[in-house]
Amino acid sequence: MTTTDSVPPTGAAPSAAAESGPAGPDLQAHFDATIARDQRIEPRDWMPDGYRKTLIRQIAQHAHSEIIGMQPEGEWITRAPSLRRKAILFAKVQDEAGHGLYLYSAAETLGADRADLTKRLIEGRQKYSSIFNYPTPSFADVGVIGWFVDGAAICNQVPLCRSSYGPYARAMVRICKEESFHQRQGYELLMTMMRGTDAQRAMVQDAVDRWWWPSLMMFGPPDGDSPNSAASMAWKIKRHSNDELRQRFVDMTVPQAEKLGVTLPDPELRWNEERGRHDFGTPDWSELQRVIRGDGPCNAQRVERRRTAHEEGAWVREAATAHAARRAARAAEAAGTEARSEVRTEKGTAA
Amino acid sequence: MPTTAALALGDDALVLSHRLGEWAGHAPVLEEEVALANIALDLLGQARVLLSMAGDEDELAYLREERAFTNLQLVEQPNGDFAHTIARQLYFSTYQHLLYGQLADSDSEFAPLAGKAVKEVAYHRDHAEQWTLRLGDGTDVSHERMRRACEALWRFTGEMFQPVAGLDVDWSGMEAAWLESVGDVLRRATLALPEGPRTGAWAAGAGRQGLHTEPFGRMLAEMQHLHRSHPGASW
Repeated sequence: MTTTDSVPPTGAAPSAAAESGPAGPDLQAHFDATIARDQRIEPRDWMPDGYRKTLIRQIAQHAHSEIIGMQPEGEWITRAPSLRRKAILFAKVQDEAGHGLYLYSAAETLGADRADLTKRLIEGRQKYSSIFNYPTPSFADVGVIGWFVDGAAICNQVPLCRSSYGPYARAMVRICKEESFHQRQGYELLMTMMRGTDAQRAMVQDAVDRWWWPSLMMFGPPDGDSPNSAASMAWKIKRHSNDELRQRFVDMTVPQAEKLGVTLPDPELRWNEERGRHDFGTPDWSELQRVIRGDGPCNAQRVERRRTAHEEGAWVREAATAHAARRAARAAEAAGTEARSEVRTEKGTAA
Repeated sequence: MPTTAALALGDDALVLSHRLGEWAGHAPVLEEEVALANIALDLLGQARVLLSMAGDEDELAYLREERAFTNLQLVEQPNGDFAHTIARQLYFSTYQHLLYGQLADSDSEFAPLAGKAVKEVAYHRDHAEQWTLRLGDGTDVSHERMRRACEALWRFTGEMFQPVAGLDVDWSGMEAAWLESVGDVLRRATLALPEGPRTGAWAAGAGRQGLHTEPFGRMLAEMQHLHRSHPGASW
């Protein structure tokens, strides 16, 4: 029953969720065989509860990261120093909102509910990427976020295009295309700034110094200390370990830094001929723990902003719901049915 | 006077785009994050073409003082709540759609831009109309907010129909069409056309003369700060 076709209607998800109770031996065997053959699990397929929960957690956190990630760059839309950069930023922030929407849809195919996930985010019960808890005090940060943060996201996400869960993998294909575009634009901004004034070059170096280590931490804790990794890799939700992805990112970024003419703030960073890879220093894992716990530089303001937007938008969402109900009632009435009296009373109560 | 007209239309699009950019990360639903950014991006694209017809887009956007901007006072009004943003968009997009519709069919130098932009603006207008219906004919709270927003911005709507030098447009015909269209949308949204004056404390056409409302200076300060801090730098 595992298909590689298009996504079935999301309406199928809740019943799928209800059916995924204790594994019959056949169901489990079928699931295991599907994973082993590198085929995709689809929303209607049976899946172990742990697989479903892990995916919901990961996809939701991924979606939250897109949405919270709009903030640090969104800060600069109204201050972008040229109209071209302003247009690029608008487009990028718009793409991020779109990515959030794809990912919430993917999570909903697993029986999750977007409103509930949003609630978990603003109540601090679900996480988002640690990186977005760092501030953007200069315009060079916009370029460095494109280069490092989108670059790291690409390292993480390209393998997810082969993730075992179909809707997630397909969302990642679309997202990765757009992320690579953003990454190139970020790097191009930095190139332009490095060819500019001394003040611009200093802004770039300062931003690189501030974002390097937080970017390395985006890949998560070291492999020995990553509780969810083993199951995720066995289920082929994740395809590579945190440390492997971190290494790929470093190997990809070092030559780019040289070309740009900036230094990376790590005295231990050097090419290792034997390994054919770069050696590098150890991120401050205690800082990562603090940021994940909610104690990073911008955690409080990021979640607060999301909460405020959500709460202040409640009357708008209620209006849309009430209007849709009234419109449906009118349509039903026009079709000659008696739906009217019910909805009339709703106008008063919905407020 | 193509430059006067290019600046007037370009400034409208630039300033409203900027205001919409202030919504990033604050919208009531994610779909509106996408929609508002999309409208802002369309307007910014129009602004870039128009300002480039008059000179260097960045010099014009970042190095003019408040008194040299000729946008309508309507588009510089602060976002307020979502209803204010929608009312502003309804008033402006209806106007812009009618205006670009005429320009697209003209033989002026604005015809190519207008021909392309009129399609984008039709979407903006539809978006604003749909939300006007949802808010006006939604809950009691949303109805009241939408009513207040439509009234608060009403006094900035007269300025839109002051002739702009260099635009060969049937202004009074456009005004009549605008009143009819907006009136129809508001009626369907269970709201009435506001009754107050359609020009504010300034004489009609003040924005087009470079006379702006107080929030505009603050908006420009934010928009221009970084560019002005690094004279001659490229970005």
